[in-house]
Amino acid sequence: MSDLIRKDASELAGLVSSGEVSAVEVAQAHLDRIAAVDGEVHAFLHVDTEGALVSAAAVDAKVKAGDKLSVLAGVPLGLKDILATNGLPTTCGSRILDGWIPPYDATVVTKLREAGVVILGKTNMDEFAMGSSTEHSAFGPTHNPWDLERIPGGSGGGSSACVSSFEAPLAIGTDTGGSIRQPAAVTGSVGVKPTYGGVSRYGIVALASSLDQAGPCARNVLDTALLHSVIAGHDPMDATSINAPVPDVVAAAKRADIKGMKVGIVKELGGEGYQAGVRSRFEESVALIESLGAEVVEVSCPSFPAALAAYYLILPSEASSNLAKFDGIRFGNRVGDDGSKSVEQVMSETRAAGFGSEVIRRIILGTYALSAGYYDAYYGQAQKVRTLIKQDFDAAFAKVDVLISPTAPTTAFKIGEKLDDPLAMYLNDVATIPVNMAGLPGMSLPIGLAPEDNLPVGLQIIAPAMADDRLYNVGAAIERELLAKWGGPILGMAPELAGA
Amino acid sequence: MSGISQEDVAHLARLAHIDIPADQLGHYAKQLDAILNAVAEVSSLDTANVAAMSHPVPMTNVFREDIPGVSLTAEQALSGAPAVEDERFRVPRILDEE
Amino acid sequence: MVEATMNYDEAISKFDPVLGLEVHVELGTNTKMFCGCSTVFGAPPNTQVCPVCLGLPGALPALNKIGVESAIRIGLALNCEIAEWCRFARKNYFYPDMPKNFQTSQYDEPIAFEGYLDVEIDTDEGRKTFRVPIERAHMEEDTGKNSHVGGATGRIHGADYSLVDYNRAGIPLIEIVTKPITGTGKYAPEVAKAYVAALRDILRGLGVSDVKMEQGSLRCDVNLSLRETPESKLGTRSETKNVNSLRSVERAVRYEVSRHAARLAAGDTVVQETRHWHEDTGISTSGRAKSDAEDYRYFPEPDLLPIAPSREWVEELRAALPENPAVRRARLVADWGLSEIDMNTVVNSGALDLIVEAVDAGVDPAAARKWWTGELSRIANDRGIELEELPVTPAHLKRLEELISAGSLNDKLARQALEGVIVGEGDIDEIVKARGLAVVSDDGPLLAAIDEALAADPAVAETIKSGKLAAAGSVVGAVMKATRGQADAARVRELLFEKLGVSE
Ligand SMILES: [Zn+2]
Repeated sequence: MSDLIRKDASELAGLVSSGEVSAVEVAQAHLDRIAAVDGEVHAFLHVDTEGALVSAAAVDAKVKAGDKLSVLAGVPLGLKDILATNGLPTTCGSRILDGWIPPYDATVVTKLREAGVVILGKTNMDEFAMGSSTEHSAFGPTHNPWDLERIPGGSGGGSSACVSSFEAPLAIGTDTGGSIRQPAAVTGSVGVKPTYGGVSRYGIVALASSLDQAGPCARNVLDTALLHSVIAGHDPMDATSINAPVPDVVAAAKRADIKGMKVGIVKELGGEGYQAGVRSRFEESVALIESLGAEVVEVSCPSFPAALAAYYLILPSEASSNLAKFDGIRFGNRVGDDGSKSVEQVMSETRAAGFGSEVIRRIILGTYALSAGYYDAYYGQAQKVRTLIKQDFDAAFAKVDVLISPTAPTTAFKIGEKLDDPLAMYLNDVATIPVNMAGLPGMSLPIGLAPEDNLPVGLQIIAPAMADDRLYNVGAAIERELLAKWGGPILGMAPELAGA
Repeated sequence: MSGISQEDVAHLARLAHIDIPADQLGHYAKQLDAILNAVAEVSSLDTANVAAMSHPVPMTNVFREDIPGVSLTAEQALSGAPAVEDERFRVPRILDEE
Repeated sequence: MVEATMNYDEAISKFDPVLGLEVHVELGTNTKMFCGCSTVFGAPPNTQVCPVCLGLPGALPALNKIGVESAIRIGLALNCEIAEWCRFARKNYFYPDMPKNFQTSQYDEPIAFEGYLDVEIDTDEGRKTFRVPIERAHMEEDTGKNSHVGGATGRIHGADYSLVDYNRAGIPLIEIVTKPITGTGKYAPEVAKAYVAALRDILRGLGVSDVKMEQGSLRCDVNLSLRETPESKLGTRSETKNVNSLRSVERAVRYEVSRHAARLAAGDTVVQETRHWHEDTGISTSGRAKSDAEDYRYFPEPDLLPIAPSREWVEELRAALPENPAVRRARLVADWGLSEIDMNTVVNSGALDLIVEAVDAGVDPAAARKWWTGELSRIANDRGIELEELPVTPAHLKRLEELISAGSLNDKLARQALEGVIVGEGDIDEIVKARGLAVVSDDGPLLAAIDEALAADPAVAETIKSGKLAAAGSVVGAVMKATRGQADAARVRELLFEKLGVSE
């Protein structure tokens, strides 16, 4: 197996632009890796061998012509199957979209293509991004490369797994309640949910419109920052896109200096309910941060305990409306149209057959929460709680520069373990959800393995809106110390996959 | 605050246009009831003087100029449709006029 | 099923009607409300669609500024308050012509609210003004168009399947909703019609829509309920859709009053339901009953940010509003010294703006009115074109009138000059010259022509002399013919009487 697959994205981009290695060689190395190990990992739903090689060749042609290249030109990437790709299947992990080929590209995809990033294919996910384990994909689960019996997190388990199994140095995820950060935490990779409005949502199939945000996944902080810088920025096609300069995340990742910063530990995001090894690694990180010259204080966010409940009202409500368009009329599959049934009946049969049980559960829940007579008690009340969460963050950021917590309460659990217990599943996102509720940026960074199971633990870093650069500064500073302590990247400790 | 019955689930499924088989209604009712009990925690906070937050970005008046952009061709528009006739989307018979 | 009805006069003697009108107007913006697709009418199916208005997964709305501006202007013209802050909401229901299976609309935060529109109608006591209270005007989007195949020709019932064209989906709509209109008594049908007509005139004056009821760019739903007396509480209402001409508005109200009254008088209840108006038969039929299935689950549209029109913007738009058509009409009636009937003729001919333009350019109002409602209307009608499409300018009419009052053109010659303008022969003076159009003012040729005419009909001179002056007409006619219309008829008559020694 080529050693190209173990290289960082920044290094690969350098090799390609200098002409030392061709983008086609880089793409081929990763396609070979996918062919070798994806049978076990199942990170990809669709591999676009031809498209990847064609776009890699285009980068090589530019190199030859001496054209200016973007920072990630020629670097391969896995794209979560929730982003619309012109000419490439887009399923959202759902049977209802099996075979659908969009006639347009998401803005993020357009930016990636323009930057010469080589899209290897579409990665697996919980159906319509509903889940924390990728078990709810209609096309079968993705496996965690640290232990194939375990989940890679969710909903973007395909993206985290492809990065952590060296199938791609970069991936795009989307994060509605933790779907970038929790998968990053349980696979020992880095993931960032940017500020809401920082990255265009145009062309990303909506789960909960007021919470969704696409972001970068990679194996280190600098690569994550580079990808962030490529996909971020104002888009007139997305009314909620922020029309302001993108924070200089790459410079921040290179700065890696937290001396004099104030870091807050969120009292409500830790302690009881968090696995012992998660807690111990988190406490070590706190000590590390202090040793780098930052001041660490505890802050309280009293409304956070209600965040999970509010989230599980807002998300299903918005999702029930967003998913109404999946009716088998304009796109996707249609079921039961034998010529005798009414359109209403055919829509209902199509949706029953096309959606998995978790999607149906959430649509029904959302339909209920928005119903006349229940709106105020459920959806309306949840939106007020959202305001309180935002106020808690505002108060906290009046005192500190960034907040930290464990990303997830546990390390990767076993496939099947929580599948029939939606409430237990929902608890995975307890620490990540408040960030989405307030529209803030958040990062998950690997901080070691839990002693009891030797599985990765993630640290969550949270910054104020449009201060995404702080995540990278803090993350890179911690990463530098940990790499020195470990003697190399954490993923070097992961077991070798059999197919490799 | 909850207590969701099979009939409730059947009604909600009709609203949501999902044909849930009768023998699964009980299963969904039980799960939804459990979830609704859990999310009842939203009522634990005093929100008497709190405004509801619908958008996480504090922006207003985001407009587009009234200038035509690029549309799809009929072929592109119809490319993903399960049934097409005469450059239109073919749908099963409609029972009710809107 | 045709339902029983009660004679209207009897019905109105027993019950007090309460009206409500919901008007949907399609805006004439270049692009749709939330995407850049064109709104031009009549394009081939599914060619004015994009991921946004087709509701493809991932697409997001982007709000048309002119759509919002038009909504504010309509609100102002209807004497409404303009919201300082409002949001869009999703109205959730499934229907195949609605791509997202929700309509992006406004719910409890309309952009305009609390207005009114005064309308005038003829009553037994003369013209009377009714104030129609307006509850709200809000922004939303149109749906696609279904056509039904199989079964009874194109009707929804019995069709085998339907075909959907989404070109119209997403076209900006403004929905204007009245409050319950009370106190109209027997004039409910007339008030309803006058309201829709006045609204149409306002919208046309604002230039926000082509307001063509027959093309569906202005659509009306009529709500009606009856109660025993003006003091009783409101009765159950029916909502009649598809009322798409002014005449139908009046008829639908009349019909529903008669239908409700028959039911109530028979001891039946009125069903709260949606009904469909049938223009051809002049009746409404039952659509579907309002049921619990109609739970629209409105919530604020997360993909569109709130609208907070600055007071400066609103005042700027208010200052630039055109004069209210009804006020303007009253002013013109007074200025021009017209009767209401004359004014109706002017308005119905569609020439009002053209006449105003001509008058502003210095043409006498009576003359401007005469040309535009007479000769020019006839020509436009013959050619099957709109008056506005004629190449006749205020300058043309002004010059024409100057020549007429100078006596160098008469009516007939002036018509010929206009004809020249219409076929593109140049300006009035050029045409007059090229066609040799001039009243013959030299008496010599006229006297010669009179002699010729008298010689051709020797008896006529005696008839005139005997006092039957009307006989002069044939001589004048003959002279006009001989001079190819270029004679001044009055002068011919004068010379004839002089010659015969008779006086008028
Ligand atoms: Zn469009």
